Amino acid sequence: MARLRIASFGLIALLAAACGPGAATTAPTTVPATAGATQGAVATAAPTPDACATANLKTVTAGVLTAGTDNPAFPPYFNLHESPYPSPWEDLGYTGDPTSGEGFESAMAYAVADQLGFSKDKVTWVVVPFATSFAPGPKAFDFNINQVSYTPERAQNVDLSDGYYSLKQAIVALKENAISKETTLAGLAKYKFGAQIGTTSFKAITDEIKATAEGAVYDTNDLAIAALTAKQIDAIVVDLPTADFITNVQIENGAATIVGQLAGAAGSDEHFSLVLPKDSPLTPCVNGALATLKAAGTLDELAKKWLPFQEAIPVLK
Amino acid sequence: MSLGPGPSDVDLLTGGLPGGPVRFRRRRRFSGRSSIVAAVSTVVFFGLLAAAITGAPGWAQVQRAFLNPTFFWGSLPDVVGHFWVNVQLFLVAEVLILGLGLVLAVLRSLPGPVLFPIRLLATFYVDLFRAIPGVLVIYMLGFGIPGLGIAGIPVDPFLWAVVALTLLYSAYVSEVYRAGIESIHPSQEAAARSLGLTRAQALRFVVLPQAVRRVIPPLLNDFIGLQKDTVLVSFVGVVDIFRTAQIKQAATFNFSPYLAVALVFILMTFPLARVVDWLVARDRRRASAAAR
Repeated sequence: MARLRIASFGLIALLAAACGPGAATTAPTTVPATAGATQGAVATAAPTPDACATANLKTVTAGVLTAGTDNPAFPPYFNLHESPYPSPWEDLGYTGDPTSGEGFESAMAYAVADQLGFSKDKVTWVVVPFATSFAPGPKAFDFNINQVSYTPERAQNVDLSDGYYSLKQAIVALKENAISKETTLAGLAKYKFGAQIGTTSFKAITDEIKATAEGAVYDTNDLAIAALTAKQIDAIVVDLPTADFITNVQIENGAATIVGQLAGAAGSDEHFSLVLPKDSPLTPCVNGALATLKAAGTLDELAKKWLPFQEAIPVLK
Repeated sequence: MSLGPGPSDVDLLTGGLPGGPVRFRRRRRFSGRSSIVAAVSTVVFFGLLAAAITGAPGWAQVQRAFLNPTFFWGSLPDVVGHFWVNVQLFLVAEVLILGLGLVLAVLRSLPGPVLFPIRLLATFYVDLFRAIPGVLVIYMLGFGIPGLGIAGIPVDPFLWAVVALTLLYSAYVSEVYRAGIESIHPSQEAAARSLGLTRAQALRFVVLPQAVRRVIPPLLNDFIGLQKDTVLVSFVGVVDIFRTAQIKQAATFNFSPYLAVALVFILMTFPLARVVDWLVARDRRRASAAAR
């Protein structure tokens, strides 16, 4: 009887093994190396005038352009404005209002919308958390603007426009900490860094700084700042405009400083791109709009107006 | 004095036929046919389930996103490597939790009006830490206390995660102990007192040994829950097994690394549960043997 029971369970196991993972193994999604990011993953064919005419644009809501960004929205990308803010954005004393048109990305969004033929009152905003903006799946926005850097992995799931801003990563530390005196890249390796999850800032800790201690990971930059002030980490890696905001506004009493900016991997040009849904018909039109703005010098103008500090920060080599 | 396969094996197949040693031979004759029926039924059920799942229209995408072998095997070494953080955390925390939980349970059972403030404090502690969500506790302890900047207070986030888990889980575990203590018949304590033991001695030598043995399965339950709750440490920056899977997922947009995490926990939990079942069964056998 015991033998029969063993045999029957053996039969179950055999059958389970046979029909289990016998399904055809799917071809894995290749993850290309990030060396030498190219400008814009989508082949931008010259948009035919008809396809990009305002009336022909297939937006999420007809006649209205839906832009997305995260909540809270921070200066200098989205500057402070008089209350009330449109829900769910709130005036927390240091957070911005996307609809104001003030702030680098707010102004950029309205400039692109203007090129596409949507005036300021025809643009609506929705909240899109950072990490979900470039995850696969359908989107509730026409474009998302939120300091999203171009990477080949992200470009596989969404359309990333041409760059509207070339950025550098920067290191923020407390002035009292020894790291604030460092001047070389090699000197940084022995410290403990923190960054937000899913960002190119976090990748810079292993790829560029080559820190010996594993980087600490936080859900948001706010939590990384809390860890910095609690002296649990020596420094934070963030993009340069955010670093400027953190040291001038978010951390009180001028306790923090920017140690320096990183040069970026050789041959690469990290840039912010607008995020659009995968294979969106608006992508060539948005790229056309950006090209026009670039040729007119508007991109540089906006950068100079809202992000004026870049040249003063030393580059760590 | 064992009569062959344990009663639990036969119960699984035959649905627990009653009867003692006299009916055992008849029960064994039925179990052969029952095995075949069980085998066929299992194959048919799981076969139908598998067909329903793999036949669904979105199966190919889901399989690519969640059951992708490339990302699964690729992430496994990193995931397993960071598991050590969680292991250290729950081993250290469990020892402290078992101790603090027992102290709280005993404090709550202290008799007499003079000791009312102690009982009140213990009850307040237990209610408070069962009420507050763990995420709040870890943020307040992990960022708040180090953020005060008081010299001499350690800032290590791992340490504060141990403290947070201890405070949270000892509240639950103390209730488990209390249930165990109250389940011991009062005659046990009465008999101990009549033999001349003090209340404390009766508790230590008569009541607690029985009570703790009785609540080992629910204590194991809480321990297994604790192993997952070690994810709290990732909120304060430490990269543990969960955060490692999240980093990989954020970089590749594939959820298969989470499957690797699940596998690690399954491989740990199944044997652990079987070992404890065996310990409890052995304990019962010894207790019933001693009673004869």
